[in-house]
Amino acid sequence: MNVLTQSGASRPGVVPGQPAVVAEGVVKRFGATLALDRFDLVVPEGTVCGLLGPNGAGKSTAVRILSTLLRPDSGRASVAGFDVVRDPVDVRYRIGLAGQQPAVDDMLTGRENLEMFARFYRLGRVAARRRAGELIDQFDLADAADRRPKGYSGGMRRRLDLAISFIMAPPVLFLDEPTTGMDPGHRLEVWRGVRSLVAEGTTVLLTTHYLDEADQLADAITVIDGGRVIAQGAPEELKSMLHGDRIDVLVDEIADLDVVARLLADVTGSAPEVRPEGRRVSVPAMDRVAGLARVARALDDARIEVRDIALRRPTLDEVFVRFTGKDRA
Amino acid sequence: MTTITIPRTRSERLRAAMSDAATMTRRNLSYWLRSPEEMIGALAFPLISVLLFGYVFGSAMVVPGGADYREYLMPGLFGMTMMFGLVNTISAVATDRERGVTDRFMAMPISSSAILAGRSVTDIIRASADLVVLLGCGYLVGWRWHGSVWEALAAVGLLLLLRFALIWVGIYIGLVLRSPDSAAALYPLVLPFAMVANTFVPPALMPGWLGAVAEANPMSSTVAATRELFGNPAVPGDSWLAEHPLPLAVGWPLLLLVVFVPLAVHRYRRARR
Ligand SMILES: Nc1ncnc2c1ncn2[C@@H]1O[C@H](COP(=O)(O)OP(=O)(O)OP(=O)(O)O)[C@@H](O)[C@H]1O
Ligand SMILES: [Mg+2]
Repeated sequence: MNVLTQSGASRPGVVPGQPAVVAEGVVKRFGATLALDRFDLVVPEGTVCGLLGPNGAGKSTAVRILSTLLRPDSGRASVAGFDVVRDPVDVRYRIGLAGQQPAVDDMLTGRENLEMFARFYRLGRVAARRRAGELIDQFDLADAADRRPKGYSGGMRRRLDLAISFIMAPPVLFLDEPTTGMDPGHRLEVWRGVRSLVAEGTTVLLTTHYLDEADQLADAITVIDGGRVIAQGAPEELKSMLHGDRIDVLVDEIADLDVVARLLADVTGSAPEVRPEGRRVSVPAMDRVAGLARVARALDDARIEVRDIALRRPTLDEVFVRFTGKDRA
Repeated sequence: MTTITIPRTRSERLRAAMSDAATMTRRNLSYWLRSPEEMIGALAFPLISVLLFGYVFGSAMVVPGGADYREYLMPGLFGMTMMFGLVNTISAVATDRERGVTDRFMAMPISSSAILAGRSVTDIIRASADLVVLLGCGYLVGWRWHGSVWEALAAVGLLLLLRFALIWVGIYIGLVLRSPDSAAALYPLVLPFAMVANTFVPPALMPGWLGAVAEANPMSSTVAATRELFGNPAVPGDSWLAEHPLPLAVGWPLLLLVVFVPLAVHRYRRARR
C-alpha cells in the first residue's frame, strides 16, 4: 500500500505550455465600488510580474481573486493552468501567498507558526522543525522566534509572514506589498529570497509601492488604476515610453533653482521641471551628450556652482506619475 | 527545494485530511490552553451552580421520595455544562473567521472537512476536561454513582454524545453569525435551554405546558438517562418522552447530527468561497 501511495502522489507544477497566471476581463464589485474593471493580466512561467498602482487601485483585490480568496463577479482567471473558480483546490496546491495584512497566528510563537504551517504543507515533524529553523535564520527572527507575534514590531511580523509563505517553493507565489514597513537590510534579504525562488522556477506576482523594488525584481510591470490596466511592459519599455533621457541638475541652494531653470530653458528650448524638495531641475535631453555638454558650458559661463549634473533614464516613479496622473513625490 | 505533494488516491487524500485535522486540533487546543478565561468560561456557571443550587437553594429543595437533592442535581449540571459548551463552539468559530490567519488557511490546500473536524475534536476534548472537573466537584459535595462502571461510562458517553451534536449546531450558528460579539451575547439565550429542562427541578412539578416543553428539551432526555445510569434519584414523568430517556438520549443527538453536520459543512464550503 505504501508503494501505491508513493507512486500515486505527484508534485505540483504549472501545466506545460500555459502562462502561470492569466486574468481575462475580471470584474469585481464591492457594493457601489468597482474594484476591478475588466482586469487583464498574463504572467509567463518563471517570471516576476510587478503590479503597481495607487491606493485603492485594485491590486489586493486582484491578488485575492487569483489566490482563490475571492470570487470574481465575471471574467476568467487561471493560475498554474487551473481555473480559480472551478478548480480552487488545484490552484491552492500550487500557490503561496503573503497577503497585504500579515496572516500569522497570534496565539502561537513564531517558531510554532512556522512548524504548524510546515505541517499543513504535509512535512513530517522532524522536517517541519528543520525547515522552521532554516527560515528563522534566513529571516533573522532568532530573537523573536519563541515569542508570540503580538509583541513583534511591524517589520518583524511581516518577516514572519513572509517566512511562512517561503516554507515551500510553490510554482506561483503572490506577494502583496512584501516589504512594506521593512528596513533596507531586510528588504535586500527578501529580494534575495525572491530571486532564489525564481531561479528554482517559481513565478512571482508582486504588488508594491516601492518602484525601486519593482525595478529590481520585476521582468514585467503592470500599472493599474481604478481597477483597469493603464500600462504594461518591461521596466525599460515603460521608461522609454517617457521619451528618452533627461538632464538632471542638482543645486546647492534652493535660491539657485530659478536661475538654473531659466538657463536650462534657454539652452535646450524645452520647459524644465523643477522639484524644490529634491533641489533638482530636469529637462528632456534631446541630443543626449551634446546637450549635456552645452548645459555644462552654459552653467560654467554663468558661474553657477551646482552640486551635480547628470544624464539619466527616467525612473519608474516618473512612469507612475505619468500614467496615473498622481504625483507621489 | 521543498515542494508540496498532491495526494492522488483516496487513501492519500484521507491521510492528508487526517493529518490536517490533527494539526488543526493541536492549534485549537493551544488557543484553549493559553487563554485562562476560556478555560474557566464554560465551567464557571456550573461550578457556581453546585454551590448556589446545591447549598443555598438546595436546602429548600425536596426531591419527591426524599432523596438527597445534590444527588439529583449533579447529573443536571453535567447536562447543562454540555449545553453551555455550545456558546464556546459558536464563539470559537465566529472569532476564527475574523482572524488574519484565516486567510492563509483558506488559500492553502486544507480541506474544509479537516478544519471542521479539527474544531469538533478540540471541543470534545474540552468537554471531556470540563466533565472531569465537574465529576470531581460532584464527588466533593457528596454525589456518587451507584451502578456499574460500565453504566457510569455509558452515562459519560451520552453526555459527550449530546455535546458532540451541539458542536455541529454551534459550528453552524457560528458561521451564520460571523461576528464574535454577537456570539458573546448568546449566553443569556442559552440559559433558558439549560433551565427549562429537568436540570434543577423535575418537569413533573412544573406547570403543565412548561413541563411539556422541558421534557421535550433534548438535554432533559440526556440528563434523565444519565440519572438512570448513574443510579441517581429520578422523578419519573408520565409522558412518552419522559418514559424513554435512554433511546431518546441517543436519538436526539443523532437527529441533531443528521440535520446540522450537512448544514455546517455546506455553510463552511460556501463561506470559504
Ligand atoms: N472587502 C471589501 N469591501 C468593500 N470594498 C472593498 C473591499 N476590498 C476592497 N474594497 C475596495 O476596492 C477597491 C480596491 O481595493 P484594493 O484593496 O484592491 O486596493 P489596492 O490597490 O490593494 O490598494 P492599496 O495600495 O491601498 O493596498 C478600493 O476602493 C477598496 O475600498
Ligand atoms: Mg492592497
